[in-house]
Amino acid sequence: MSDMSQNASNLREGMMASMSKQQIGRVLAKQGILIAFAVFMIAFAIASPKFLSVDNVFSVVRSSAIIGVMALGVTFVVISGNLDLSVGSMMSFSTIVVLDLHDKLGPALAIPAMFAMTMCLGAFIGFLVGYLRLNSLIVTLGMLSAIHGLTLTYSGGQNMDIADKEGTWFSVFGQGTALGIPVPILIFLILAALLGMVLAKTPFGRKVYAVGGNGTAATFSGIPRARTVFYCYLISATCVATAGLIQASRSLGSQNTVGQGLELEVLAAVILGGASLLGGSGTVFKTVIGVLILGFIQNGLLLMGLQFYVQFVVTWIIIILAVWLDIAAKRGKLWSPIA
Amino acid sequence: MKSGAVSKALANGAIWGFIILQLIFFSIAGEYLSLSDKAFMDWENMLLLLKQSAPIGIIAMGMTLVMVNGNIDLSVGATFAIAAIVMLDSMTWPIFASLGDGVIPIAWLLALTVGTLLGALNGLIVWKTGVDAFIVTLGSMLGYRGIVFMFNGENPTSHLNWTLVDFAEAEFLGLATASWFLLIVTFAIWFLMTKTVHGRNAYAIGDNREAAVNAGIRVGPHMMINFAIIGFLAALSAVVFYSESGSVNPNDGQLYELWVITAVVLGGTKITGGAGNVIGTFGGVIAIQLLRKGLGHIGADTSTVNLVIGLILIAVLFLDRQLNVKGKEELKV
Repeated sequence: MSDMSQNASNLREGMMASMSKQQIGRVLAKQGILIAFAVFMIAFAIASPKFLSVDNVFSVVRSSAIIGVMALGVTFVVISGNLDLSVGSMMSFSTIVVLDLHDKLGPALAIPAMFAMTMCLGAFIGFLVGYLRLNSLIVTLGMLSAIHGLTLTYSGGQNMDIADKEGTWFSVFGQGTALGIPVPILIFLILAALLGMVLAKTPFGRKVYAVGGNGTAATFSGIPRARTVFYCYLISATCVATAGLIQASRSLGSQNTVGQGLELEVLAAVILGGASLLGGSGTVFKTVIGVLILGFIQNGLLLMGLQFYVQFVVTWIIIILAVWLDIAAKRGKLWSPIA
Repeated sequence: MKSGAVSKALANGAIWGFIILQLIFFSIAGEYLSLSDKAFMDWENMLLLLKQSAPIGIIAMGMTLVMVNGNIDLSVGATFAIAAIVMLDSMTWPIFASLGDGVIPIAWLLALTVGTLLGALNGLIVWKTGVDAFIVTLGSMLGYRGIVFMFNGENPTSHLNWTLVDFAEAEFLGLATASWFLLIVTFAIWFLMTKTVHGRNAYAIGDNREAAVNAGIRVGPHMMINFAIIGFLAALSAVVFYSESGSVNPNDGQLYELWVITAVVLGGTKITGGAGNVIGTFGGVIAIQLLRKGLGHIGADTSTVNLVIGLILIAVLFLDRQLNVKGKEELKV
């Protein structure tokens, strides 16, 4: 059903293109993702009455929080014109490390230690991509493999568990509630608001857009390109560490492959939010919408009684339609000009 | 001029130097560290290595073509799994029951057709929508994997046909069937890329798409053909591999795209397109397999292999940049 409405809007766009394609294109390019989100929510709400109940909405946002927190950081990296494929294995790393140190140092020391270690990895990637100007796709691909190896070495291939699961306050980040709202949701929202502010309202945020939009021009304007990219990866690593903290605290035990494959879901959410892989466009708010769309689609399809794996196929169609619609609106033509 | 030629030769020969270095290192280290008393440089061991490189290697040849063309394909692992399921499952279909072993070529043909079509679908989307190949194949990687899981849930799909197993385990002139497939595919793609119009156009498009368009090259069909070829090769790789093993898990082929891309980049293909060749890729495939086998030989576990391969990939990228003359002219910032 949702695909049909996407198709319909494509068709509509094609028909109206002759009238005032510039205007419609601009509106669609700016608000397309919000319109799509609204259409999804309405369609699913009609299909299943349970869909919009408070319990269901909370559970969806809560389970999206881990992907969401990582997507916030990756948004910075993508806007600066780079990619980060290493977030999945980096999250496995931070989850395993914090669980291991929890029993050795106690939670109060384990958390900052884990953040420091994860940020070291982020700084290393930032150094390679920012200062050495290596291709981010290959660097983070290599780091995906390397950090996975590091995690396996660290854990000795074993699953990690906290010894005393009842008596620790560590579980508050993943399982607790504050003000009637689950803590993971709070962390996600506060971090989103904070990083949204940084990106939209601070000089650093403007630099990120400038570096991603046109790196050479940014350099000539006196913007420290290398340092900006470096900080983007540092922010990404911090977000990954936060996600690892939520994951560890939620399950209090973990396999060492817990984050495997998440980098692609995260990237899908960021792309769905309309950030261009070429850099220079995208916002934190739109990424949050992208994360929520992915989460609600997954949930909605399950509530409609479809197989769990159908969501992968639907996600595929939605990603391509979303990006296609976005660039079609920008170029004012539905089909690509490639001969 | 001269330094350019030297660094070019260095860059092209680097992968083979690396392989020789590995052989020496693992042979010497193996003397002291290995638990088995067999030498690493054993001829049979090397033949086995070639056979084990085949699944990744066959796909890597297609990836070279696609990356030279300026695109990338992340969906090969999922295509690999789908083709394997098609081949193994179609052999049990009742309509083919009367054929006996005659079902084998039909099953192969079906699997290869499906692979080619899935690849072509990627290419068609890239061509017609103008969406970046990275995003298109990232999406189809999820989508194709979803189809794999929808087929049989988490359960493996199995069918063992002994004629097929005999064929896959056969040896001809001392080389296993899979090795032959790898060599033939390498030669075929080498021929395609260096001796045909399509191959030259693929380089031209990857190097400078605007210029290629201005020169009258139709970019779209070339890209689609290349995606169809990599789909075909992913299916061929599955067909060769699963003829022997006879059972496919829905997770099989996951992370293949990473191994394949690593091999291709190690082999000197530029991620931005326009440069690279299958001989280098062949070296990259062998180098990775050698590393896995060698580290296993001296008693390191998979975690070390992952760590080392990741770091080597980054190191190669760094060295390539240092050796690349063009890099020196770039804006220093």
